[in-house]
Amino acid sequence: MELRKNYFADVRKDDLHEIGQPRPRSDSPGHVTGKTAFFADRNFPGMLHLKMVRSPHHHARIRSIDTSEAEKHPGVVKVLTAKDVPHNVYTILILIQVGPEDETVLADGKVRWKGEAVVAVLAETERAAQEAAAKVKVDYEVLPAVFDMEEALKPGAPLVNEYHGQNYYLYDSGECRKVRFGDVEAGFAGADHILEQSYQSSPIEHAPTETTGCVVAPEGNDRFTCYTNTQAMFFTLDNTSIILQMPGSKLHFVGGTVGGGFGGKVDVIVEPIAILGAKLTGRPVCFIYSREEEMQISSPRAAEKVVIKDGVMKDGRIVARKVTGYTDAGAYSRHSPYGAQKGAGHYPGPYTIPNVWIDTYCVYTNRTPSSAMRGFGVTIGDFALEVQMDKLARLIGMDPLEFRFINAYRDGDMKAHRQPTEGAALIECMQEASRAANWPVAEKYMAMSSYVKGA
Amino acid sequence: MAKVPVQFTLNGSEKAEFIDSGTTLLNALRDKIGDTSPKGGCHQGTCGACSVIIDGELRLSCLTLAETCSGTAITTTSGLAEGGVLHPLQRAFLDTFATQCGFCTPGMIMAAKVLLDHTPNPTRGDVVEALSGNICRCTGYEPIIQAVLTAARSNSQNAA
Repeated sequence: MELRKNYFADVRKDDLHEIGQPRPRSDSPGHVTGKTAFFADRNFPGMLHLKMVRSPHHHARIRSIDTSEAEKHPGVVKVLTAKDVPHNVYTILILIQVGPEDETVLADGKVRWKGEAVVAVLAETERAAQEAAAKVKVDYEVLPAVFDMEEALKPGAPLVNEYHGQNYYLYDSGECRKVRFGDVEAGFAGADHILEQSYQSSPIEHAPTETTGCVVAPEGNDRFTCYTNTQAMFFTLDNTSIILQMPGSKLHFVGGTVGGGFGGKVDVIVEPIAILGAKLTGRPVCFIYSREEEMQISSPRAAEKVVIKDGVMKDGRIVARKVTGYTDAGAYSRHSPYGAQKGAGHYPGPYTIPNVWIDTYCVYTNRTPSSAMRGFGVTIGDFALEVQMDKLARLIGMDPLEFRFINAYRDGDMKAHRQPTEGAALIECMQEASRAANWPVAEKYMAMSSYVKGA
Repeated sequence: MAKVPVQFTLNGSEKAEFIDSGTTLLNALRDKIGDTSPKGGCHQGTCGACSVIIDGELRLSCLTLAETCSGTAITTTSGLAEGGVLHPLQRAFLDTFATQCGFCTPGMIMAAKVLLDHTPNPTRGDVVEALSGNICRCTGYEPIIQAVLTAARSNSQNAA
């Protein structure tokens, strides 16, 4: 790869020993020899297998659960229901004071999405656990469900999650995250053209090659070693500590080797119940998602809807932008309130716009809870924003790349959330993109710089 | 469940086990014999992470019953390095940054080995076809293809 040293020549540091130098990855020798130990490569004598009984309904009240036949099934050692979990209602981000707790480890009284965990079966073999799980009888009263964000926000929509009391996340700023900068209506009034478009996306599954799971081994002193492929070791450890009401010193987590994650392994789903199983049986426990579970149960990237209204001048300047964003959290929060909030910060785009108005909602529906995935909260926004930029350029008859040069933020520009721009290299990236894609722009744009001396 | 005897060579050493009838070769290797280099990604024959070589042919160990492997010679990635010296494919995967999370790597290397054993000087198209049964979700296929082509070149240089 060629390093263009002419950019930022007077501020460039060229005496770095590590940054910009190729270094071998420390874990690759283990990968190529097959020696790297992924969590499922641990096998303990007497290990039990955990299988989950899951809700076949999107929204239902649980009238009763009968585990007696499952408990009699040969090989079954323990069957767990909500009453076995010390602190059954939790939410991951409570650790950073983002509440309320809104999700059950094992469903208690109600299920809010198809696939929700209801009963955990621990057996000597995977097959026995699976067969016994099929014998658990759950009596459901099916409730009306809501799958569309706009439907969910309408008055009278079925209430998805009682812990919230309404079908949206209540931020400290109100029913949505807001950005207010300048006077957006005045901006539209003075604009030569206005373009309002809406964009929407579907959920996306990460599909890591290694499925989600963990192996737990009791250490014999009421302390448990959990081999896990979590991407969020301390979120997992601390949430497990809360859920199981056990001090963190009793939980020994071993991780760091993840067979693909992409954000899909940051939720705290498998570890607490597997450790509880090990605690109550005194035996090692393996809980690993089948491929089918991975595809159907693990939290996907949220479906989003973005409505963008832009005011633009004939000379190419964007003078006003109004965005309303909706993030489909599914039935539970997990990381979605944070994703929707990130969108609020991101929708101005890397552009300098004097008047901005943004609302982003985190909406609850009876769909699979969504959560983290590679840049969640901003990637769909980027898709929408850049398609919108192309449409705006077409509207005023301007080259789409030149249009971006006109609006690109540069050092010292004030962003809509009142953070001055620093270290922007957008102009330079677009100049290189122009060359690489053989998409020439006028010489004046090639002479621009993001770097403003003294900014 | 009925136990059946199974006997084969694994990476050159004799193995003899009694296993439950119906056990996959993948589970027998990982749980009984302790060779965890074949990985279980899908257990339904679509991801290729469990690929092993049986009598010179590439096979999915998750779809192969262990009891059908008696008398065969099985090679896994853990048996590829000889005397601590990496196989040219392993060396190439290491040198060309063709592993990220590493979960698909053992299966990829097995698929590539069978290709190079049959076709020492493959085209890029040959490599792509040979790896088409193996799914990678994070490294990206291009570095892997380059690693196999690099290993092929180093092999032909050794032969010359």
